[in-house]
Amino acid sequence: MPAPAVRLHDLRKSFGDVTAVSGIDLDIHDGEFFSMLGPSGSGKTTVLRMIAGFERPTGGTIELAGRDVTRLAPFDRDVNTVFQDYALFPHMSVLQNVEYGLKVKRVRRTERRERALEALGSVRLEGFAERRPAQLSGGQRQRVALARALVNEPKVLLLDEPLGALDLKLREEMQIELKEIQRRVGITFLFVTHDQEEALTMSDRIAVFNNGAIEQVGTPAEVYERPASAFVAGFVGTSNLIGGVSVRPEKIHVDTQPEGPAQGDRQALGTIAEVVYAGAVTRFVVDLEDGGRVVALQQNQQTSSMDVMRLRGSRVRLGWKSVHEYRTPQED
Amino acid sequence: MTVVTSPPAPGFRRRVAALLHRRPRLRLALLLSAPLAWLLIAYLGALAAMLLTAFWSTDTFTGNIVKQFTLQNFKDVFGDPVYRTIALRSLGVAALVTVVDAVLAYPMAFFMAKVARPRSRPFLVIAILTPLWAAYLVKAYAWRVMLADGGLVNWALKPFGLSGPGYGLPATVVVLAYLWLPYMILPLYAGLERMPDSLLDASGDLGGRTGRTFRSVVLPMTFPSLVAGSIFTFSLSLGDYITVKIVGGKSQLIGNVVYDNIGAANNLPFAAAVATLPVMVMLIYIAAVRRTGALEEL
Repeated sequence: MPAPAVRLHDLRKSFGDVTAVSGIDLDIHDGEFFSMLGPSGSGKTTVLRMIAGFERPTGGTIELAGRDVTRLAPFDRDVNTVFQDYALFPHMSVLQNVEYGLKVKRVRRTERRERALEALGSVRLEGFAERRPAQLSGGQRQRVALARALVNEPKVLLLDEPLGALDLKLREEMQIELKEIQRRVGITFLFVTHDQEEALTMSDRIAVFNNGAIEQVGTPAEVYERPASAFVAGFVGTSNLIGGVSVRPEKIHVDTQPEGPAQGDRQALGTIAEVVYAGAVTRFVVDLEDGGRVVALQQNQQTSSMDVMRLRGSRVRLGWKSVHEYRTPQED
Repeated sequence: MTVVTSPPAPGFRRRVAALLHRRPRLRLALLLSAPLAWLLIAYLGALAAMLLTAFWSTDTFTGNIVKQFTLQNFKDVFGDPVYRTIALRSLGVAALVTVVDAVLAYPMAFFMAKVARPRSRPFLVIAILTPLWAAYLVKAYAWRVMLADGGLVNWALKPFGLSGPGYGLPATVVVLAYLWLPYMILPLYAGLERMPDSLLDASGDLGGRTGRTFRSVVLPMTFPSLVAGSIFTFSLSLGDYITVKIVGGKSQLIGNVVYDNIGAANNLPFAAAVATLPVMVMLIYIAAVRRTGALEEL
């Protein structure tokens, strides 16, 4: 079996008295789209910066394709980074920015121009070569940053919350585009984000970070459907605790006729305390008769807003399937 | 019946305030007249007096100024090879001081802006400014003592079989570079602090080693700051006449030619003509650097 693209062993980092990363072990496979997901301050960006070589680990090792790079400078590592603020050189044209890595490696002028233009083409920015970064929109800068990194054909591409500064619509477009590019070039993508939906949408696997440690590593479905801890359950989605087990809101069917036929093999009776209409879906907050409060999510397939708003205060029966229940170890 | 109560008659100050509020130009005029008068009379006035004097001459016997238009001073300044040599030498010293300061200031400014903890930065800025609080003459004479035969510099270099520069042009460059260093560090520090750290990371990430990152990223991004600093170091060196007197030995620079003509030679018109040289050089220099955008850094 070939060495993993990235292998972290007992990786640690402290800034003075503050422990940012406390002993991380992680293998990232070749060609994988891997996300590090976690709230701010959870250590995910620090791990990325250590892999890039910007931060020196306090302890542990980093291997890239089987080679120990823990003590190497960034310029001696076969990885490239897309920065959160893009970090485009403002005094250079778009083309010069993309060419920079090749120029440093002394690639001949004609070849590097060709490759840079090709990279710009692959992010659909052919006509922008002579522009300055300041003349581009946020999404375009984002794509220049991507081209500038990809043109060097790194073993691993590191992306530090690259979509954070974009508005929602553009972010969703870029998510699809990033995934497409990754599939096309076949490079391992290591993606840092605090947006659970982004991680679930794009990743082959996700590592969920909390307090400088990894809580769970798994596919999006594993992390979402079978969260390993209460923290993961809460961070990657809303979690309802009903009688000692947890159920995701969209798995719960809200039945306005409590006497009708049951949906699923588990039921609970309650009263709708709040109705939140959100366009495509409606969120029902239901107070259970046995105590406790749950959130149920329903698609607005049949109903319109007026219909659902009237449901506040009505008695409902909730139904779900026991296979959708999960248990998480209780935190102290 | 309705009772109309008119508001109480506004006081004088209130009326003035209202008037100024309605008349922004009047407000501006009141605000700026005093400083503008100072600028025109004291600053430009002196400059104009100097320019005017440069076209006069001195009576050789009485030593009095003859207020008659003549170009003779300028013919002497530009025609005499001695003064041409002095002018070029002064330019060379000023340029060298600027280069030395830039080479010393970059690492210091870089440390202050990018390496030192943000909390300690204000103290480092104060530390850089501290030498400016000491009198110029004291510092120049301190260097004279250090550069003397049995001085600190020779004593420190002796174990290595070396000796200091003694008094002369090299000593002048060293002392001027020391004196004007803060004026180079501070604009570079400001420029480096404005430059995002991520650009340095990005250059390293793309394979750029330290030298490449400096040449391709740091230098072009802080070039306006460098030019801003050089305006100080260059012009201050060009006009200086004290340092060269104290540690320059027999060397002559524009500054002390001006000084000698005012004092010993008692030829104020000729001194004025010589003094227009650095002014002209600086005007040309500033016109050239205006294109770099460096003037916005000042």
